[in-house]
Amino acid sequence: MTDTAIGVPNAVAMGFFFLFIAVTLGITYWAARRTLTTEHFYAAGRIIRPGQNGLALAGDYMSAASFLGIAGLVSTTGFDGLIYSTGWLVGWPVVLFLIAEPLRNLGKYTFADVVAYRLRQTPVRIAAAIGTLATVAFYLIAQMVGAGGLIRLMFGISYEWAIVMVGAVMIAYVLFGGMIATTWVQIVKAVVLLGGASLLAVLVLARFGMNPATLFAAAAERQGAAVLAPGRLVSNPLDAISLGMALMFGTAGLPHILMRFYTVPDAKSARTSVFYATGLIGYFYLMTFVLGFGAMVLVGPDAIRRVDAGGNMAAPLLAEALGGTPLLGFIAAVAFATILAVVAGLALSGAAALSHDLWVSVVRRGHSDPGEQLKVARVATLLLGILAVALGITFKGQNVAFMVSLAFAIAASANFPALILSIYWRGWTTAGAVVSMLTGTATTLLLIYLSPTIQVDVLKQASVWFPLRNPAMITIPLAFAGGVGVSLLTAEPAAAERFAEVERRTHLGAAVD
Amino acid sequence: MTDRHQRLRVLASTQWRLALSLTAAMIAVYFGFILLIAYNKPLLGRLIAPGLSLGIVLGALVIVVSWLLTWVYVWWANTRYDDELRRIRE
Repeated sequence: MTDTAIGVPNAVAMGFFFLFIAVTLGITYWAARRTLTTEHFYAAGRIIRPGQNGLALAGDYMSAASFLGIAGLVSTTGFDGLIYSTGWLVGWPVVLFLIAEPLRNLGKYTFADVVAYRLRQTPVRIAAAIGTLATVAFYLIAQMVGAGGLIRLMFGISYEWAIVMVGAVMIAYVLFGGMIATTWVQIVKAVVLLGGASLLAVLVLARFGMNPATLFAAAAERQGAAVLAPGRLVSNPLDAISLGMALMFGTAGLPHILMRFYTVPDAKSARTSVFYATGLIGYFYLMTFVLGFGAMVLVGPDAIRRVDAGGNMAAPLLAEALGGTPLLGFIAAVAFATILAVVAGLALSGAAALSHDLWVSVVRRGHSDPGEQLKVARVATLLLGILAVALGITFKGQNVAFMVSLAFAIAASANFPALILSIYWRGWTTAGAVVSMLTGTATTLLLIYLSPTIQVDVLKQASVWFPLRNPAMITIPLAFAGGVGVSLLTAEPAAAERFAEVERRTHLGAAVD
Repeated sequence: MTDRHQRLRVLASTQWRLALSLTAAMIAVYFGFILLIAYNKPLLGRLIAPGLSLGIVLGALVIVVSWLLTWVYVWWANTRYDDELRRIRE
């Protein structure tokens, strides 16, 4: 296959694209009229049902990187790509076992509510906001740069215009519709993405007697048996384990994921929504097996690399091979919807850190009238949206693929240890929390800078002294050790006394005292 | 009141032990898979049926086990945990 309509705007792609924009802006209009308080703006009024929140969590999590990136990796490397498919799911059970229900019972809008619950507000809120904003910023850069490149590749419009367009629509969702609009955009996106991927998977399997093994055998026949076995990806076991730790524990520290647990009425709904999300996300990653090997057989690794060296166009090319230009257009629109929804969720969680954690809790010391809070939340959204566009344009052409795993490493090191210790440890203190969160953020940034990811891939240095591509294996224990050590040195009787209250509320919620 | 407090403490430590065991199981399964990839590539490349290498089957199993572990937790929480919470609230 040498000819492709990728990069040529086609009527079907444009049609689906404008349909998605029209539907989601319609939702935003409907949501804007219901967004009257900060409880609506940050937490959708806490009336989202578990099934809806499960879909929205899946929508927040399944980014274009997983749809296009993993399908591309599998189609060009075979089994090695599947290592990512499993890695992206294994954080979800951890979220369920340790975080979801206590978070819902202890907090209000952000994960900092839980960390600051029995500690001194100002220092904890500032440290938590730094961790949140660092996570959100790197995640946003990766998504925006990816978005610009993809949209240019698929629709043929310029990179800058693509970024501005994504930024403008995302700002519209969050600014006017807050969490209500963001939740429903995630739900629509999750349905469209799961539906589109399922359709592709069924069309692929139909050519192989509905038997995945026949498909894998065909891949081995054409590309060699090596595609079914581990290749060079995991050459350094420590590297693989460190990345695995970032993925597993980072999921439980992602601000935009954690924020979703406040949108449901109670802890049981939070629990049920993670159960649904794990099911949906696992199903999605299982489908990447079929899509990736399908593209390998039906399109071919060389044809995929010709269109995009990174392999990112494997899924759209597969769609074109199976259903011609109309299916390509549909899948291109799905990829675009995926990006838009993820950046909206990220922007909202960043805005909550700026307005709820920094402005209301630190600047106003908790005394801010509801009208002002809502106004500040919207100003913060606008600022973050503009920042996202600026970052997207600044990092044009840079290698930003590592930034998603960097965001996971910061979330795993800065946010996850502080959250766990806040919920489960009596001896936790203000100084310990601040040291843990700042250590997690600072050491992750420093070690990423020293790692081969930056030194070799970006700065083209010949050698490095720090070998790990992802530092989570070092930084997660450091953040735990720093937090526990400093807490032991700085006993805080007031915080220890309130632990009984934390324990009661972790299980019984705010309603019972 | 103290009885209520005592029962909550017992429930809290049961929940913590279960959450920790299930987390440990997840860690063992996933990192076990990664270590097999790192140290025994030929084993994972072995075909157990035409087209199905052991690696692909184990990769899919990691996802299935994640589902099973979440199901175990949700089943426990929906029955035992919620029941005991209801009794404590009364």
